[in-house]
Amino acid sequence: MNAPTVLPGCSDPASEKAARPVLRERGQREVFCGLTGIVWLHRKMQDAFFLVVGSRTCAHLLQSAAGVMIFAEPRFATAIMEERDLAGMVDAQDELDRVVTRLLDRRPDIKTLFLVGSCPSEVIKLDLAKAAERLGKQHMPNVRILNYSGSGIETTFTQGEDACLTALVPEMPASAPDAAKQLLIVGALPDIVEDQFLRLFDQLGFDKVGVLPARNARDLPPVGPNTRYLLAQPFLAETALALERRGAQRIDALFPFGAEGTTGWLHAAAMEFGIDEMHFNRVVAPGRERAKRAIEHSRDKLEGKRISFLPDSQLEVPLARFLATELGMEPVEVGTPYLHRAHLAQELDLIPPSARISEGQHVDRQLDRVREDKPDLTVCGLGLANPLESEGFTTKWAIELVFSPIHGFDQAGDLAELFARPLRRRDVLEV
Amino acid sequence: MQLSVWTYEGPPHVGAMRIATAMEGLHYVLHAPQGDTYADLLFTMIERRGKRPPVTYTTFEARDLGKDTAQLFQDAAMEAAERFKPQAMIVGASCTAELIQDDPGGLIEAMDLPCPAIPLELPSYQRKENWGAAETFYQVVRHLADANITREPREGRPARANILGPTALGFRHRDDLVEIRKILDTLGVEINLVAPLDATPSDIARIGAADFNIILYPEIADEAARWLERTFKQPAIRTVPIGVGATRAFISEVAEVAGADPTPALGDNQSRMPWWSRSVDSTYLTGKRVFIFGDATHAVAAARIARDELGFEVCGLGCYNREFARDVREAAKLYGVEPLITDDHLAVEEAIIEAAPEMVLGTQMERHIAKRLGMPCAVISSPVHVQDFPARHSPQMGFEGANVIFDSWVHPLVMGLEEHLLTMFREDFEFSDEAGASHHAAHSPKTAAATGQAPENAAVAAHASAPAQPANDANLWTTEAERELKKIPFFVRGKARRNTEAFAQDHGLAEIGLDTLYDAKAHYVR
Repeated sequence: MNAPTVLPGCSDPASEKAARPVLRERGQREVFCGLTGIVWLHRKMQDAFFLVVGSRTCAHLLQSAAGVMIFAEPRFATAIMEERDLAGMVDAQDELDRVVTRLLDRRPDIKTLFLVGSCPSEVIKLDLAKAAERLGKQHMPNVRILNYSGSGIETTFTQGEDACLTALVPEMPASAPDAAKQLLIVGALPDIVEDQFLRLFDQLGFDKVGVLPARNARDLPPVGPNTRYLLAQPFLAETALALERRGAQRIDALFPFGAEGTTGWLHAAAMEFGIDEMHFNRVVAPGRERAKRAIEHSRDKLEGKRISFLPDSQLEVPLARFLATELGMEPVEVGTPYLHRAHLAQELDLIPPSARISEGQHVDRQLDRVREDKPDLTVCGLGLANPLESEGFTTKWAIELVFSPIHGFDQAGDLAELFARPLRRRDVLEV
Repeated sequence: MQLSVWTYEGPPHVGAMRIATAMEGLHYVLHAPQGDTYADLLFTMIERRGKRPPVTYTTFEARDLGKDTAQLFQDAAMEAAERFKPQAMIVGASCTAELIQDDPGGLIEAMDLPCPAIPLELPSYQRKENWGAAETFYQVVRHLADANITREPREGRPARANILGPTALGFRHRDDLVEIRKILDTLGVEINLVAPLDATPSDIARIGAADFNIILYPEIADEAARWLERTFKQPAIRTVPIGVGATRAFISEVAEVAGADPTPALGDNQSRMPWWSRSVDSTYLTGKRVFIFGDATHAVAAARIARDELGFEVCGLGCYNREFARDVREAAKLYGVEPLITDDHLAVEEAIIEAAPEMVLGTQMERHIAKRLGMPCAVISSPVHVQDFPARHSPQMGFEGANVIFDSWVHPLVMGLEEHLLTMFREDFEFSDEAGASHHAAHSPKTAAATGQAPENAAVAAHASAPAQPANDANLWTTEAERELKKIPFFVRGKARRNTEAFAQDHGLAEIGLDTLYDAKAHYVR
């Protein structure tokens, strides 16, 4: 079912891949920094707290990105650096100790604390690893203290999750030397989607499937040479490297978007674990058919329509593949902040050759291209959506693709609907 | 380091963005890392602007830091000048760029740009959004004002005014401006310039041609107005026309400076608020205890309206912008309350719990606090939320603004006779505590009653920050008195409980019975 057979005329995918040009740009980037990942990570890991060590800008970003004050007291906060921290009037490490102690006193429910680096803390080289180690000694075993950087100078949007999960990998217990081969799903998924996948793997006959991140950050799955990991998200380059350093091996697969993507994703794991093909088909068929039926509702709105993606979450390539292969859309430009060729190899093979793949961003030039291409639908960030709408373009907010359950069979219809809705709305409005 | 969950103000460069976005033909080149572009969505999503803010971010990355970020800045500035062809530029650094000390001002001077460029020094680790907006507006005015402008003699022409302060992302600035224009029109005063909203750099050049300035939002415009006062000898009108009384005072002041007759403007027959407030059905508003928090200007105005125009009692008053704390301190003296000057929303929450008001007038932060505590609330000030940009005309200033304020403050409250019915027939099964103090579902408290705890206590208990109530307090109450207390509507029950306990303590009572409850009621009756 995989790549080579699907695209007619692509008899030699390897050379096609090598030949595929990628437009690389740099300039102004209209994307969030990695701190934004905290907005979903702090809900995913229910015993974890995220303390950003940064500036007022970081705090303002988080509350703006979080849709302003959704939760009574969220499990994140910012230690805002002030003039006296920078001028050396106080020792930044002492200040951090004071803030962390106050925080842990207030929130005894916290079991894992992430110190999250930001642009300013990176620039002044505030050593958060050292701080985490020192504070960890003080607060273990009650609280484990880890650190990672979500700074904009190092991470783009979803790379914040990559950095966070990378920090968790060394904390995962080592699996027993003689442990049987075990599956690990990697990437934060909405709880409901995670449960669906776990049910499917259970029906397929998998034993003890691990999930990173675990809902309880103190309850991490084991890892070792027996681990075969399956990426649920396309933006986890560093996490993958860290897992491989622990001996784990990646199962190459499509990402689980749409009926075919989800089937491919499950199938890759099933093959790796020697699951009987007949059994696989029996287990997967109902979900796959349901997904296809659900997707059909959006077909008349989407088929033959041209779509451009502006870089946002690194989900762009798999989503463009889903829309092209399962709904007959025509990707015009597929922009992504970073293109991980190895993780996305199967995906790229399925993107029609007519599509322009771009990496990085020069926002003004990219908007010039959108105006020239005149796509039917443009997927972009919140800062660009209304301006493009007022120019007459129909847009889809990219961030909704990160904040909604879109993976798996039973969300495939919702995923298609997310793209169909702006077009339907455009057609229905008479004002 | 300051531990912060939510902030009232963004960093100062967001203030600068509010000026640049408000104006036409001004472009902001901001030395900033990737991610700082989040601020664009404040304008395109919260305010629903159909244009991107005129801001170019240099977007430097870690790998640029060892190399030439200064060159990156110059390239971005040159490209912005060529692409957007602005009449003028402002240039500056965000918090991270401030640390790498590239000096955008100096770099821009060394370039041959086709337009004037104004350097901004906005210390991110000391200052905040409002200060950043005020400083930016001041620098723009200082650099662009034509110093050689001469005012024509006053004889034989109408007086001319500058209206200063409205910005992008301002709380009801768009609508306030409509009301102010109406007033000036009635007074026969010509508008020389509105700034920064919709002004171009070339408009700013003739700012000195006005006879006087009207400062609508001191937080934004006071700094610039003081410079204009010195430079062009333009007097400033500092009365902010929020509320009927302040609007009347504003009209009189403007009329005096302009040499106009105030009578037609004062006689505006669209001013309904005074009669609405005198109307007998408003009697139930008398003495309602309100807690007020916001930016200093709006908080002080709200306190005045609350007491003098609606007959409320101000039980708390504060602001988050220290720069204007003095105004709030003075006002607090008038109302006999302790001024609360803080930008820590947890401290505000504690103060609200402590004051146990019947209504909260605040920002979006206080709206959330009030929602959690099950109190009615109306929003009077920034920080703004998408709901603060209504499609309809909804000013705060002028007589129409006062009409709007009457409606928006009174509607969240349970109305007159209904309040009595709630008191009289407390045990009607439909009058459950969950019905709340407000018609607005959003204000209903959560079903804390399920725990058997009174909601006001549940709300307090839910917040670790609140001072814990002494555990033995509850033991003082007899079952009978406790049951009677439950018959009091929950939105005043907290106060009744506290008053009774204070009364019991003052009188050294070991037990709170039915009589104590009613003795306390008689003692505290207003």
